[in-house]
Amino acid sequence: MIRCKTSKEIGGMGHSVKRKEDARFIQGKGHYVDDIHLPGMLHMDIVRSPYAYAKIKSINAEEALKIPGVLAVVTGKDLEKYNLHWMPTLMSDTQMVLPTDTVMYQAQEVAAVIATDRYAARDGKEAVIVEYEPMKPVIDPHKSLDPGAPVLRTDKPGKNDNHIWHWEVGDKTATEKIFAEADVVVKEQMHIPRIHVASIETCGCVADYDKVNNHLTMYMTTQAPHAIRTVIALVAGHVGLTEEKIRVVSPDIGGGFGGKVPVYPGYVIAIAVSFLVGKPVKWVEDRSENLQADSFARDYHITAEMAGTKDGKILATRFKILADHGYTDASANPSKFPTGLFSIGTGSYDYGAAFMEADAVYTNKPPGGVAYRCSFRVTEAVHAIERITDRFAFEIGKDPAQLRMENFIKKEDFPWKSPTGWTYDSGDYHAGLLKAMEVVGYEELRKEQAEKRERGELMGIGISTFTEIVGAGPSRDFDILGIKMFDSAEIRVHPTGKAIARFGTKSQGQGHETTYAQIIAEELGIPAEHIQVEEGDTDTAPYGLGTYASRSTPTAGAAAAVAARKLRDKARKIAAYLLEVSEEDLEWEPGKFFVKGAPEKAKTIQEIVFAAYTNHPLGMEAGFEATHYYDPPNLTFPSGAYICVVDIDKETGEIKVRRFVAIDDCGNIINPMIVQGQVHGGLTQGLAPAMYEQLIYDEDGNILNGTFMDYLVPTAVESPNWETGHTVTPSPHHPIGAKGVGESPTVGAPPAIANAIVDALSHLGVTHIDIPITPFKVWKILKEKGVAQ
Amino acid sequence: MKKEITVTINGEKRTAEVEPRMLLVHFIREQLLMTGTHIGCDTSNCGACTILVNGKSIKSCTMLAVQADGKEIITVEGLATTQGLHPIQEGFHLNHGLHCGYCTPGMMMRAVELLENNPNPTEEEIRWGIAGNLCRCTGYNNIVKAIQYAGAKMRGEQLPSTEPEFV
Repeated sequence: MIRCKTSKEIGGMGHSVKRKEDARFIQGKGHYVDDIHLPGMLHMDIVRSPYAYAKIKSINAEEALKIPGVLAVVTGKDLEKYNLHWMPTLMSDTQMVLPTDTVMYQAQEVAAVIATDRYAARDGKEAVIVEYEPMKPVIDPHKSLDPGAPVLRTDKPGKNDNHIWHWEVGDKTATEKIFAEADVVVKEQMHIPRIHVASIETCGCVADYDKVNNHLTMYMTTQAPHAIRTVIALVAGHVGLTEEKIRVVSPDIGGGFGGKVPVYPGYVIAIAVSFLVGKPVKWVEDRSENLQADSFARDYHITAEMAGTKDGKILATRFKILADHGYTDASANPSKFPTGLFSIGTGSYDYGAAFMEADAVYTNKPPGGVAYRCSFRVTEAVHAIERITDRFAFEIGKDPAQLRMENFIKKEDFPWKSPTGWTYDSGDYHAGLLKAMEVVGYEELRKEQAEKRERGELMGIGISTFTEIVGAGPSRDFDILGIKMFDSAEIRVHPTGKAIARFGTKSQGQGHETTYAQIIAEELGIPAEHIQVEEGDTDTAPYGLGTYASRSTPTAGAAAAVAARKLRDKARKIAAYLLEVSEEDLEWEPGKFFVKGAPEKAKTIQEIVFAAYTNHPLGMEAGFEATHYYDPPNLTFPSGAYICVVDIDKETGEIKVRRFVAIDDCGNIINPMIVQGQVHGGLTQGLAPAMYEQLIYDEDGNILNGTFMDYLVPTAVESPNWETGHTVTPSPHHPIGAKGVGESPTVGAPPAIANAIVDALSHLGVTHIDIPITPFKVWKILKEKGVAQ
Repeated sequence: MKKEITVTINGEKRTAEVEPRMLLVHFIREQLLMTGTHIGCDTSNCGACTILVNGKSIKSCTMLAVQADGKEIITVEGLATTQGLHPIQEGFHLNHGLHCGYCTPGMMMRAVELLENNPNPTEEEIRWGIAGNLCRCTGYNNIVKAIQYAGAKMRGEQLPSTEPEFV
């Protein structure tokens, strides 16, 4: 049971407060970008390349411009006049807005059609004639560095290969020594496939430039409105659009998951056109464009190795990565490490040496990637460590749960310094796994599996005990274009004791309007229902870096608590004045200050706030508001213990996830209902790449599944009934002891599922299968092993 | 060459001129300016645009506006009455059956017809019943609970607990 300090009426932390934002969403009154209709608004559609790599010989807009309603066709040459045909990426790389001569991936933006309505724009797009001269693309990242491979980035002076960067971390010498001397070394090649966030709302914007007032309002599907405003000012300052003349509004967002962090060419073109014609321009991509051109996630090829003793002590790990970034490194990665936080990949285990290295390459695929519900590359890291841990257990013949129990970092050893340099804040990994094993009935399941194996039936049990790293982040390691990764809260309490609070983050379904109100309710005792939360409008909200990487609770949530505590300090002064006692004589309980030993002498927060406007002490500033910008001292390290049970049909290879138990530890819980909801959703997004989703390209760079017809987002039928629970290990450095939870399940679920499937086939000598593990892959193995007829 | 059509939408008769090729979802969103019905794909897979036409749930991206001429349409905006929220709306709210809210209108409209045809569905029947509607946020657990809740309410039975089973 979660203990609450506040009453249900106040609705502070630990209460499953029903969401405030639901009312509009269940009644069709949500307000998403595509719902915006402005007078005189124009529509934009985008002509895209059918080739992965080609020279553009000509673009002929003549027929398109004859279509009634089509006003203009914009090309790279048009943007070149304003020096807007290229834009910087967040990784100090460059990306075309529109090409002037070469297309680098299939579905790349080639020209934009501007028309009076969406049908005319689409007609115009079909009528634009582009002549291409196709070239042989580089698709396989393993061949991109071959001598003789075409050099793709000819726009970069002196570039003579497709290598982007090299990165390494850890103690190479110590690790190699351990590997050379170890009794047991295991090794697997893994591909973490290229996937897509596929939020149900695609990306889009309405760029509304007002020529008279030289003011741009940009309604946009963005997870980081403030950062976008600054980026626009930096890129467009030379045409007079300075930052005070720009307002970015991120209205309701229909799912983000990291896919709405990058700046896509469509946004830039819409702004440019609106700026030139002085009218609002709407661009909303369709689903196929979204899947085919917007930033992908993952696409890491990893060689994972573990060294240990015969009796099961993990001694060292070694990971080597080949990262396929497509044609430019457009990663939405706010850390200063090119592999993001992959270095969390030493996992939940206590051992001294690790070495990781990565090389990134260019290919003729869409650029990226994004941190899909992940603090950037944590999913890849966790898959590698949890798979190779199972591989090690299999090698020495030890139960994988037992092996984990014996190697976990102990509760009393936190804060724990990892071999790659992180300081884990807190954790109780033994408690989590014990609870998961108890809930799932681990011992009985192992017995059942043994019996079934005797009968020739295929059943597997898979475990994943991951450590997450979220809350980007401390300013020494994290920034976007130099802006540090703090986040902010501003609380104003009105004379009648009701409040409005604004934040630099932006909910995309996480329920901030409810959970932030609960944090303030916890600290001030004002009922959560009377605290209005607003985000997403840069004209009103304090500056912040946005919502992704499970950072909202660790940063803006902390800012809310600290700002509320500033107000509580002021409230104490006012209460002391009103009660004619000294501040030290007062005690706080949620909602009121009272005199120690005389609880009947009390002032409620509402009375105190009213006094702040009507009867405040002489010399004190009137009003009741506070702002805080919170720079976290460390990241937070949520963890989880997941157990998956699968049954496999030995004739067809069909995989059924029979049970999935997820025990999460995200520190102190603000709203159990919302935490559980986040876990449910993330688990389905973890199931997706484990069994269904992958963006597949043929050797010519054609995407083979770029629509919802064939990119298999799980439905309610594939998704099992998730069983969820929690342990609570508060973060010692976070003001409310919370850690963040949104991405844990997406990160932790894929290896649990993969481990279960491999476990079901382990007696056949199977040690690894790359995700997505489809019935076809399993059937091929069963056929090869002589199990399937 | 526009064509005049008349539809009854959420009880109100509306007449308009439309291009014969205009999709019903665009007609509803952009001509009638009722934006509660959403668009999530271009291949009729996601179900975000699901509405009721003559009582049957259909994906309004897969029907032309002219085909709706003379028909009765109910969208998410027509679910609540002066008596209050529809049981399905109440079910989604109390059971945390939505996160971002984008798939929610379509999901609820589908569920309304599902419960109409099968007032007491099993969990499996609910899961298959909403298999034409994609949700990327919730993992479906609580959508199933929301529909079970609405079913119980519509049958006049005791309502299931809406507390999370978060052990």
